[in-house]
Amino acid sequence: MKAKHQRLILALVALAALIGAGLLAASALRDEAAYFYAPNDVKTKGVEPGKAIRLGGMVVGGSLKRGADGVTIHFDVSDGKATVPAQFSGIAPDLFREGSGVVAEGAFDAKGTFVATNLLAKHDERYMPRELEGMQYNETTHEMRAQP
Amino acid sequence: MIAEAGLAALWLAGALALLQLALVTLGLAGSKSELLGAVRSVAVSQGVLTGLAFLLLILLFLRSDMSVMLVVTNSHSMKPWLYKFAGTWGNHEGSMLLWVTVMGLAGSAVALFERALKRETHMATLGAQAAISLGFYVFLLFSSNPFARIDPPPPDGQGLNPLLQDPGLAFHPPTLYLGYVGLSVAFSFAVGALLTRQVDAAFARAMRPWVLAAWVMLTLGIVAGSYWAYYELGWGGWWFWDPVENASLMPWLAATALLHSVTVLATRDALRAWTVMLAVIAFSMSMVGTFLVRSGILTSVHAFAVDPERGSFILALLAIYIGGAFALFGWRIGAVREGAPFELVSRETMLVVNNLLLSVILGLVLIGTLYPLLTEAFGLKVSVGAPYFDRIAGPIALLLLIAMAAGPLTRWRRDRFGLVAGRMLVPGIVALVTLALVVALAWGRIGILPLLGLVVAIGVGVGSLAPLWKRNLRRTPLFTWGMVIAHLGCAVSLGGMASDSAFTVEKLVAARPGDTIETADWTLYFDKIMPIAGDNWTALQADMTASRGGGKAIAIHPQSRFFASPPTTTTEAALMTRWNGQLYVVLGQETDDGRWQIRIWWKPFVTFIWLGGIMIALGGVLALIGRERRGWLLKWRARAAA
Repeated sequence: MKAKHQRLILALVALAALIGAGLLAASALRDEAAYFYAPNDVKTKGVEPGKAIRLGGMVVGGSLKRGADGVTIHFDVSDGKATVPAQFSGIAPDLFREGSGVVAEGAFDAKGTFVATNLLAKHDERYMPRELEGMQYNETTHEMRAQP
Repeated sequence: MIAEAGLAALWLAGALALLQLALVTLGLAGSKSELLGAVRSVAVSQGVLTGLAFLLLILLFLRSDMSVMLVVTNSHSMKPWLYKFAGTWGNHEGSMLLWVTVMGLAGSAVALFERALKRETHMATLGAQAAISLGFYVFLLFSSNPFARIDPPPPDGQGLNPLLQDPGLAFHPPTLYLGYVGLSVAFSFAVGALLTRQVDAAFARAMRPWVLAAWVMLTLGIVAGSYWAYYELGWGGWWFWDPVENASLMPWLAATALLHSVTVLATRDALRAWTVMLAVIAFSMSMVGTFLVRSGILTSVHAFAVDPERGSFILALLAIYIGGAFALFGWRIGAVREGAPFELVSRETMLVVNNLLLSVILGLVLIGTLYPLLTEAFGLKVSVGAPYFDRIAGPIALLLLIAMAAGPLTRWRRDRFGLVAGRMLVPGIVALVTLALVVALAWGRIGILPLLGLVVAIGVGVGSLAPLWKRNLRRTPLFTWGMVIAHLGCAVSLGGMASDSAFTVEKLVAARPGDTIETADWTLYFDKIMPIAGDNWTALQADMTASRGGGKAIAIHPQSRFFASPPTTTTEAALMTRWNGQLYVVLGQETDDGRWQIRIWWKPFVTFIWLGGIMIALGGVLALIGRERRGWLLKWRARAAA
């Protein structure tokens, strides 16, 4: 085989691999990228049960309850406009508490409860989940709204 | 005075980098070749000065000098000395100083030890290294000065992020940076060779040890980082597809491809343009990673300070260096003669396949990492996590490993497909038998990707030993051993990953002191909760014992630690390692009725992940020694004779 033909074949294979990879990435991104929703987005746009999303907001004061098994917690997430019930089984982050900001990864079940598989709370005093930047929590009304 | 001396050393080093660049430019382009005589000593002095500045910063941290801003914001006088020492680079400014120090020392090493390269290319390489360093000196001095003072000095510092207060901090960042920034040498070599139009086998042989050394360090750094995250974060995972992890994985993928293509260039004088391109890409990925991590675009334990100004600064550096190198590539690559041809079935082709698959994975990881930034520009908040990366990188990585087993069994230049297939027969049969066994025993209980992972790991593990068959093992060259061990390491690591995701048993309970917990074939007895105190923390510690299958009970102590400065709680998982796996126990919070949350994992063969990683690095070391030993011996003899 001539060197030129061989180069052509290699280039074609590389091109095919690139296009294939691009298509693969596009389809995987469509299926797997988890969109961020605030409770009000959930109310207005709706999220189908079972679709992996990230839900972000504040844990409503007085809503945090522990299940009898000791490892499941139930709480409400609010963005000031709407409230969504959520639950989580596992060891919650230490800074997860009523009135704190939270980003929960998971999906809605058929009854409309958000079943979180992972909770991202503030790691330390300086850290804030990116999605919650620019939001402020009102200590007395237990509401969260966007900063003016 | 120490801080001022450090700052002066940095300024001087920056000035020397400028001088070095000027000398090379005038010497090569202005044909004042007598100037080139000074370049090497300038490069060495620059390296010594950066090293000095770095040592002085360490000294400031060890002395807890609270008149220095960086020490105040990142240290505390009550901290154990190891974390005062390692805390030097546990922050933005300190880590950037480590960056320029590695860069300066790498430049010194190239000036001192590189003998194989032609003089012109050697000088151009040092010029390129100086040019890159210069940008980072400017960045450090003008927007990230580690030696800035604070007046009046506060009584004590704010402390170091407790997640970083771990022996891992002493090992992971320096090794990672040696690899990450060590790749700048390959970048400079590529630029130097493009400038002098000398891209050939001799150039590749000169570049190879530098690539190998950086790659070994990068591998070790990633392995250490993965294990650290695994035991420190208490989630039981060893890789999170965090953008910051991807930032270290991408240069590694590029460097791995480069490592293989540079061998093709050195052995067969083929793949000239591609090798040069990869050398540019590898360090570009390091810089992209730094930008992602340091610009505050991402939130993670690695993003020390959110500062848009620094982000734009690094972005500008990125544009200049990557854009410049690619422009040079486009301009000069036409002048590089075509390399040697090879047949379609040959070792060369197999290595092209390796490079292609590595590049595809690199591209897909890059897309996944940048995608959230892209959508955010359109007002959509999206996160791309493990489901995406596992789905796309998993299958391609399996293909890559199969090619990895076949590659060394294929001859250079020309081979026959039937012969290669014949050599793959035994590993193929082993893989099929494994497939049958796994399907028969575990079908439906484990996912398809872990299943394929197990099969490929065992088949490829056998296949990677095949190059040693029918050989006199004593006469087998060291670099062949290196390759075999590194490839076997990939199979071992893959086996650990597949086993972890297929067979891990997890249990989450709320238990009272006095309770017994059963999981897998382990029995855990929860005795009591005890408060304990460390140097700068207090903790609640669970006193537990674990026994396996009615065997001897061994004490384990998972903790929940509280640090006062800065106020943070961390979980310290209790790990018990057995040859065939690890028991991982985390203590959670107390419930309202006096029970404690306890999370337990039994992870079969999980340690193989890091063991394999260490084997990969060891293979690199053997290959480095095997290839270079002769040169070192000759040099040593010549020196002894003279």
